Amino acid sequence: MRSTTEARAQASPPVRRRAARLPAFASRKSTIALGMTLPLILIIGVLVLYPAGYAFYLALLSKSMDRFVGLANFDFLFRRETFWMVVKQSVIFAVSAVLFKALIGFLVAHCVHNVPARGQRKWRGMLLVPWVIPPAMSTLAWLWLFDPSYSAFNWLIQHAGGEGVPWLGDPYWARFAVILVNVWVGAPFFMIMYLAALKSVPEQLYEAAAIDGANWWQKLWYVTLPMMRNIIAITALFSLIVTFANFDIVRVLTNGGPVDQTHVFATWAFKLGIEGNDIPLGACVSLFMVPILAIAAIFILRDINRRGTEA
Amino acid sequence: MVTGTRAAVGIASRGSIGRDRRRALFWSYFFLAVFVIFFLTPPVYMLITSLKTSAEISAATSPWWVFSPTLANYVELLTSSTYLTFFRNSALVALLVVAITMLISIPAAFALSRMRFWGSATLATGVFLTYLIPDTLLFIPLFKIFAFVREATGIELLDRWWLLVIVYPTLTIPFCTWIMIGYFSSIPKELDEAALIDGAGYFQLLTRIFLPVALPGVIAATIFAFTVSWAQFLYPMAFTTSADQLVLPVGIVTTLIKGDVFNWGQIMTGALLGALPPLVIYAFLMDYYIAGLTAGATKG
Amino acid sequence: MARVTLRKVVKRYDETLAVRGIDLDILDKEFVVLVGPSGCGKSTTLRMIAGLEDITDGEIIIDGETVNDVPPKDRDIAMVFQNYALYPHMTVYENMSFGLRLRRAPKEEIRTRVQDAAAILGIGELLERKPKQLSGGQRQRVAMGRAIVRDPKVFLFDEPLSNLDAKLRVQMRTEIKRVHQKVRTTTIYVTHDQIEAMTLADRVVVMNGGVIEQVGTPDELYHAPATRFVAEFIGSPAMNLVPCHLVETSSGLGLHLDDNLVLPVPADRIRRYQPYAGKSLLFGLRPEYMVERRVHTGPHQFDFEVLLEVIEPMGMDTFVHFLVNGMDVCARVNASAGARAGQRFTLCADLDHLHLIEHDSGKVL
Ligand SMILES: Nc1ncnc2c1ncn2[C@@H]1O[C@H](COP(=O)(O)OP(=O)(O)OP(=O)(O)O)[C@@H](O)[C@H]1O
Ligand SMILES: [Mg+2]
Repeated sequence: MRSTTEARAQASPPVRRRAARLPAFASRKSTIALGMTLPLILIIGVLVLYPAGYAFYLALLSKSMDRFVGLANFDFLFRRETFWMVVKQSVIFAVSAVLFKALIGFLVAHCVHNVPARGQRKWRGMLLVPWVIPPAMSTLAWLWLFDPSYSAFNWLIQHAGGEGVPWLGDPYWARFAVILVNVWVGAPFFMIMYLAALKSVPEQLYEAAAIDGANWWQKLWYVTLPMMRNIIAITALFSLIVTFANFDIVRVLTNGGPVDQTHVFATWAFKLGIEGNDIPLGACVSLFMVPILAIAAIFILRDINRRGTEA
Repeated sequence: MVTGTRAAVGIASRGSIGRDRRRALFWSYFFLAVFVIFFLTPPVYMLITSLKTSAEISAATSPWWVFSPTLANYVELLTSSTYLTFFRNSALVALLVVAITMLISIPAAFALSRMRFWGSATLATGVFLTYLIPDTLLFIPLFKIFAFVREATGIELLDRWWLLVIVYPTLTIPFCTWIMIGYFSSIPKELDEAALIDGAGYFQLLTRIFLPVALPGVIAATIFAFTVSWAQFLYPMAFTTSADQLVLPVGIVTTLIKGDVFNWGQIMTGALLGALPPLVIYAFLMDYYIAGLTAGATKG
Repeated sequence: MARVTLRKVVKRYDETLAVRGIDLDILDKEFVVLVGPSGCGKSTTLRMIAGLEDITDGEIIIDGETVNDVPPKDRDIAMVFQNYALYPHMTVYENMSFGLRLRRAPKEEIRTRVQDAAAILGIGELLERKPKQLSGGQRQRVAMGRAIVRDPKVFLFDEPLSNLDAKLRVQMRTEIKRVHQKVRTTTIYVTHDQIEAMTLADRVVVMNGGVIEQVGTPDELYHAPATRFVAEFIGSPAMNLVPCHLVETSSGLGLHLDDNLVLPVPADRIRRYQPYAGKSLLFGLRPEYMVERRVHTGPHQFDFEVLLEVIEPMGMDTFVHFLVNGMDVCARVNASAGARAGQRFTLCADLDHLHLIEHDSGKVL
């Protein structure tokens, strides 16, 4: 032990006298902390918050952006039939897509949860593939499957004796198609979230319910759903935001057509603002996403705060 | 006699449970099969088409089968300098964005989870909220800002691939910071204190304790940043136009589709190759990929 | 190795005062245990000594140097945590050598020091394992090893044994004592377990509500508690406390417990208690000093009869419970004394060990 003691005298540096008083030491810590968060603050400030605020300003300018026109752009939009069509389509698109994603995700998650544990990984692995492929790429495959002359779906239908469907040519079918593709991309995400939630429900609860004589439907209603309520809500809210702000799928699949019938806010804003060179009008359209996003964000934030206090 | 009855009851009840269970299993497998077919049809169809010649694609034969498979589409794309440029741009952008994201979000997450300072809690929540601001709200003002920078300073930002390296971090950093805060917060406080007493400074605490311990989180965040950068479509669509500045998704959509002439064999090949990097990552790091996905809503 | 001095140390968290002015002098090589109920400020005190918490007011001196503003790593201390806080990604060897590696000690020296420490603790075989592959007791040893390797001026322990099961706890307790006898480093040890405190400490510091109630050797605390709190806290089962009146009797002073039990105050205490005659006080006597009737061996033994309510055989001894003045009282009798619940039984109290406590101040008179 003596050798260790001597070694210490050489190894550990002599204790330095700190001249700094406590406040200085404490403030040094928060200076370091600020330094570590500064890049984050800057990048969010300059490239997210500032543009977001700037969008509001842009929406008040004239097309050539040399004049302040107040709410004239909004007034102009409200008089256009296309605008109301886009509003309607955006809402139908987002709500129905989220609904089907949630239902399919729930069903599939249950099925995966039901099968023997050793097979679950394999099924889960295959089922998440649509979410992994970049949507712009997978939508190209759908575009090809829906091709007016070579549609592989129509080939199947025709061989079964049916009549070919104008997938992207008819407004109603086109709306169906964009929703279908969106559900295809997004349902796996719901599946994976629900599966995680299902796995976190303690098995004893089901056993207790079984002993109390619950059938599968009652177990679902009284055990599973209450335990998953939080995850279901938060996943749906997330998805609502992402779906409402969707761009890729509509852009690649229909580009808004036929005759602007499938435009959502994002694609229409792109068409007006970037392609049509009317930046203020484009900004104006994109701003209509804000209210729904804000509402969803408030709910999500509430959930986070609640969980923060529970923890 | 008594034991006999009990055994019979046991078998009977086990039998009925077994029948229920079997029926549940049957329907589970049935729906799984249906949805696997639904979910995998597009990628499989991409593969089928990519192996066909243009002649076979426009022939009247079954679109669901390849009669004379060929790798011609692959060879052609992988030797086409345009496609390789897209690929290179995508790879460069994604890798640089991953690096930037990690360099910014890991220290920030460390400071926010461990070094309480004035406003740190608000900032953490604020970071998460910015994750909810979608790209579709920002691309128009950003476009205008970049155009304005050109007018003011003469620096051309638009139609430069590296602009994406500056813009993409706004999509990746908030979420990565958020999940890293979650991972860091789950490290017991005593671990830092032990390291502090052992003589570690903040930097050593981060590099020698936090990063190794939270490695799964770092991997999940890296995967997230990479896949988001790789898949991003709107920003390159809005900010880049010249063929040599495009990244894969936009490159395929805008250049392989020339007017009305759709060369579907090549489009499908390009899309499939473009989907490959995320798919490969997913195949090898599935657990981290899923951890990153679910972290947003289940952690923090 | 060093002396640690606390002068009027105060710790305030926003609105709560966790530590309210502590004065303590810990000698070189001493093993001092801070003990007290949950929330009394033990950990906070220890963490201030470690430098993990800022000191609101007062002064902490280690080895002659005021360390209020010295960061933990420069205080030359080592700490063992309740949950061990082993670095999960490092092997035992790496865990133990981390502090030395950060200080850039030579490789060869690190190796000998880790091996020395591992030999002391008997964990030489485990050096290549990760913490996950260790049992609770082994983790505990590694955590101690990490502290020993650093060879610091002071060891700090914060409830190091409370995550272990009862048997292992006793074993590790001995182990800690053995290690201290070998390395003789000044040690400050926090626990809420009074048995741990009594068995380990050179001196015990009893804390309550952010202040020190008493500092003393285990023997002093047991036999001469300074306050009601210490009297109740130290000893298991706890000291019996019964309200009483100190009355003057023909032969001196008497303790009126209830109408049929008046105990005579031993002659040598009469001077001490005289000023309190006529007051109502608390009478305290440990169960150990109430036994079955036997041949008296001292002058102040007193026999009295009680009605037993509950009998708790413990093997060698039996705890018997009865009521005095409505209060549950426990005595410790020999297992063969034939105590039965519901029966009358004669006990013998050794009044040399009685304590009288003032109601309001809680002071032992
Ligand atoms: N970080 C903190 N913020 C606010 N109050 C605190 C904090 N840490 C401790 N306290 C308060 O200070 C008091 C003393 O806490 P301390 O941890 O020192 O108790 P303890 O004696 O170690 O108890 P235990 O045996 O439960 O560990 C408690 O009332 C506690 O609530
Ligand atoms: Mg404590």
